[in-house]
Amino acid sequence: MTLTFIFNVVLVALLLTVATWIIVARAAFSAAVAFVAYGLLLALVWVELSAIDVALTEAAIGSGVTGMLLLGAASRLRETEATAVPAGRPLTSAVAVLCALIAAGLAAIVLFPPSIVFTLAPQAMARLPESGLGNPVAGVLFVYRAFDTLLEKVVLVLALVSVWSLAPDRFWGGVPGLHVYQQPNSVLTLLAQLLAPLGIVMGIYMFWTGANNPGGAFQGGTVLAAMWVLVMIAGLQNVPSTDRRALRYLVVLGPSIFLTIGLAGFLLANGFLAYPPGYAKPLIIVAEAALTLSIGVTLGLLTAGPPERVAR
Amino acid sequence: MTLALNIFTVLAVSAGTFFFLAGTAGLLRFPDALTRLHALTKADNLGLGLIVLGLLPLVERSFGALKLISIWLLVQLSGAIVAQLIADFVRRREPLS
Amino acid sequence: MMNAITLFGLCGPALVGLGLFGLITNPQPVRKILAFNILGSGTFLLFGVIARRGAAAGLDGDPVPQALVITGIVVAFAATAMAIALLLRLFEETGRASLNSSNPNNASETTDAS
Repeated sequence: MTLTFIFNVVLVALLLTVATWIIVARAAFSAAVAFVAYGLLLALVWVELSAIDVALTEAAIGSGVTGMLLLGAASRLRETEATAVPAGRPLTSAVAVLCALIAAGLAAIVLFPPSIVFTLAPQAMARLPESGLGNPVAGVLFVYRAFDTLLEKVVLVLALVSVWSLAPDRFWGGVPGLHVYQQPNSVLTLLAQLLAPLGIVMGIYMFWTGANNPGGAFQGGTVLAAMWVLVMIAGLQNVPSTDRRALRYLVVLGPSIFLTIGLAGFLLANGFLAYPPGYAKPLIIVAEAALTLSIGVTLGLLTAGPPERVAR
Repeated sequence: MTLALNIFTVLAVSAGTFFFLAGTAGLLRFPDALTRLHALTKADNLGLGLIVLGLLPLVERSFGALKLISIWLLVQLSGAIVAQLIADFVRRREPLS
Repeated sequence: MMNAITLFGLCGPALVGLGLFGLITNPQPVRKILAFNILGSGTFLLFGVIARRGAAAGLDGDPVPQALVITGIVVAFAATAMAIALLLRLFEETGRASLNSSNPNNASETTDAS
């Protein structure tokens, strides 16, 4: 019963309490606020599980950007909560039993693990030095499972196009309806002016150090997106209209460069997304840099939402 | 020397935790939003500062110490500004009599 | 034989159960999206425990499930962003944020606002 174990017990208890609060809270806004706290606690759990890259991603994307979207939605839909009809008691009890059974089944997987632990860590580490990377998770993301990462980036672009397509036809190509804080020269302006340069440096650092330490393109890109959204909300920069060509090029820059490098693998190496020996790290860095920029722009635009007024 | 440093760490972190507890007690017990903000920002900035101070002797390289201090400064900046924004919103919604 | 990793491994299924319960029983779509995110994070936590148990070759955890979780978090965010955009558009069109279609006051003239 070491001190670390007690800490972990308290952490798990807190996590489950906050999760229960999210499910049973009366107002959706309180639940959304609790969700942000839940994400940060979950990031601590990921650190305890020695998955620092995942902890960074969870804190940035899982808790930060998702929480921002949910807070905005919860506050906009506040007046519809009164008309919601809760489910009846027998249905709730039946669902509770079903969920308990599912949870018990999954817990059995954890409590009775197979006798032979199957792990890919040795294979992952075996050829990692050839790629020049020091971070095994970056190695999996950009060398072994680079196809998944390419598709993941394309999924983000598809989500952006889908969100844009939800605007009424007359607003297509217009300006997203991001709620700008209407008080000019307020403390929010000060925060944007002070924090944005620091945040940009931090985002670029997180991308750059992701080759050898925890970090990477997704985490760095999210910090860049957050700084951009902060600057837009503070009114220091106008929300760009979605038909601006430079914006669209930035969104597709990342996946295009990654795809080009992947197709070049047919010529230079022995397959799609294969790297020629000795050139792996420069190619990966170029792809990651383009991806960081694209992810920053895409996540910022996803947060801004669909266009709500016509571009001037 | 290390014993003295360890005692300093334990004392500083405990004092910082005490301030966090005081801030949380203020959050739970104070009647309205403005007093709660006051309790939170004062206690948490001081609490985090004491914890950072207590952790400084444990850092191996000075760069890590710089990172810890910059974390404290960033939390102060964002905490202060968020408290201002919330207080501004509360004041607009319920003007002080 | 409880150690911290098993504790986290039990927390994951508990979150899955909680999230599934909230997803099914809560009538408001925003709460369903919140519960869906909790369900997803519980599943990722299960991945994380399996990754932690696969510690070998000088690493603290198997990097392949960790990379899968990172991909999953990003895709879950993309799905959440789309779901919220759909929900807000539904609210703008019909004035209600409900998936219940048996409402007799359902506005039937929801044409494409072009």
